[in-house]
Amino acid sequence: MSLFGLSLAYIRARSLNAALNLLLLGLGIGTIVLLILFSARLEDRLTRDARGIDLVVGAKGSPLQLILSSIYQADFPTGNIPLAEAERWRQHPLVESAIPLALGDNLAGFRIVGTEHAYPEHYGATLAAGRLWQAPFEATIGARVAADTGLGPGDRFVGSHGLGGGGAEHGTHPYTVVGVLAPSASVLDRLVLTPIESVWEVHGMIAEEHDDEKHEQHAEEEHEAEEAAAGPVRPLEITSLLLRYRSPLGAVQLPRLVNQESALQAASPALESARLLVLIGIGLDMVRAFGLLLVASAGLGVLIALSNAMQERRYDLAVMRTLGASRRTLFAEPLLEGLILAAGGALFGLLLGHGVAELLGRLLPAGRDMGLTGLAWRTEELYLVALALGVGLLAALIPAIQAYRTDIAATLASRA
Amino acid sequence: MAPPATAAPLRDTTAPGQVERAAVDVRDLVQVFGARTVLDLPAWRVGRGAHSLVIGPSGCGKSTLLHLLAGLIRPSRGRIAIDGQELAALGGAALDAFRGKRIGIVLQSMHLIGALNVRDNLRLARRLARQPPAPERIAALLAELGLARLARSRPHQLSQGERQRLAIARAVVNRPSLILADEPTSALDDANCAAVLDLLRRQAQATGATLMVATHDHRLAAHFAHRLELEAR
Repeated sequence: MSLFGLSLAYIRARSLNAALNLLLLGLGIGTIVLLILFSARLEDRLTRDARGIDLVVGAKGSPLQLILSSIYQADFPTGNIPLAEAERWRQHPLVESAIPLALGDNLAGFRIVGTEHAYPEHYGATLAAGRLWQAPFEATIGARVAADTGLGPGDRFVGSHGLGGGGAEHGTHPYTVVGVLAPSASVLDRLVLTPIESVWEVHGMIAEEHDDEKHEQHAEEEHEAEEAAAGPVRPLEITSLLLRYRSPLGAVQLPRLVNQESALQAASPALESARLLVLIGIGLDMVRAFGLLLVASAGLGVLIALSNAMQERRYDLAVMRTLGASRRTLFAEPLLEGLILAAGGALFGLLLGHGVAELLGRLLPAGRDMGLTGLAWRTEELYLVALALGVGLLAALIPAIQAYRTDIAATLASRA
Repeated sequence: MAPPATAAPLRDTTAPGQVERAAVDVRDLVQVFGARTVLDLPAWRVGRGAHSLVIGPSGCGKSTLLHLLAGLIRPSRGRIAIDGQELAALGGAALDAFRGKRIGIVLQSMHLIGALNVRDNLRLARRLARQPPAPERIAALLAELGLARLARSRPHQLSQGERQRLAIARAVVNRPSLILADEPTSALDDANCAAVLDLLRRQAQATGATLMVATHDHRLAAHFAHRLELEAR
């Protein structure tokens, strides 16, 4: 019968109380673990999606909105920009590369993005099936799009107007799926990629040098329905341009040049992502504080339970002294009990946090998009376990001092 | 102001020269609680292997004497030696270790550890005395005391007599050289009183231990040749 065994026996003897302490501590630890996993995935996802993109050029408006809509595909664009203006910046000496994006339609809520092959290449995407698009109205779809819609190479679909789903269908412009991207845990997973010309054609845009008469004829023949919805033919536009600087000088000069010398807006993903993380962080901090409150409550629960237990066990403690137990042994027993409860609570919390993260990652679309998983472990969790053990020790300290100070003779005499 | 403490009247039936090797050697022992002297024992010696009775009415200091002999409290004055070891010379931890290995105590209300089963109560006694587990010793003791079939039972599942036997088993499991029993028969009828007394004596004889029983129960007086009679204060 070791001291550990004795502590376990005492815990078993008040199992309901111990279970409640474990539950409370586990809920607190689990909440914080879930937050750690969630925020780590979120930060990783934000970083991954924005990696290698130094500047986003788009229509004037909120820079955060521009970043959210162009990089994370999570908000409405600030508007469109003339292709000619975009080309001017694309060719700028301070720019090494640029990827144009044209938004406007969706497939079952997944955005249809007109772009170039450089876009999937930027994220190191690989094909799970088929090939990348080569001609207008060919589409290569992301892994999540394929999984949710059941589409595959050879299938056809039509896009709906708008970015949120439920808009009018562009029935006369069906797309053909020519490829499916492998899952990349990036924004590509939930996009439908197509040549930028597809977006222009669907929305009745033409190049400025096009002959108006020829266009009208073309429109009459093929786009009557779309024209009615979209209005008169417009010059070519795109939504935004993802830029990469040629040198660090670009970071100093280009945003200022764009913002001052054009009607466009330049937004830095690094700055806006940091702002976004701060905004999200406030919310996460509140949930984390709630988790810490649960942990503190659990610590208080352990303190009360052990204090009461020491009162109930003062005869046991006195008897143990008669059997040769030192004061240090009596001091150590409640500490060990507090540690066992804390370790149990921490273990339960870790399992709970990881279990819930895994479930959310499997069941919720947003969780799947983020690549949220309970199978990943973070170093911060070690600190959390240490925190739980510290709370357990601290909570057991006062009961341990009570045990240490047990007056054997007086206690035995009081029950004689 | 409280009146000055006075010595407790006592009578030692142990004849001088009877003790050759003292298991218990007490000199000028005085215990004062507040302004009240609860025990005053000028000299008292008990030989090794002897069976002694400390008898007297409630409040005469019997339990206090046992607590002093066990080193559970320090005397206000005087010296106590157990098997030649001066208790005052031992520090806290050393005294705890000495008590665990050399002294077995049967308490009046038994005080078994309710969270542990019968066997684990004995294993804990071994552990706290820093003794190796000795499962054979525990099994033999349980069998001898008729508790083997109850090894996994918790104390609250035992009868009064079974609890009494378990308390005795716990006191002797470490083969102490001195067994102290505080009112072990106070709540028992004559038959059980004799049985418990017999059990204590047999266990003491089996290990060669000195047995000291403190009681107010005059039924026991006839069973002990060596008696220390304390009187009410």
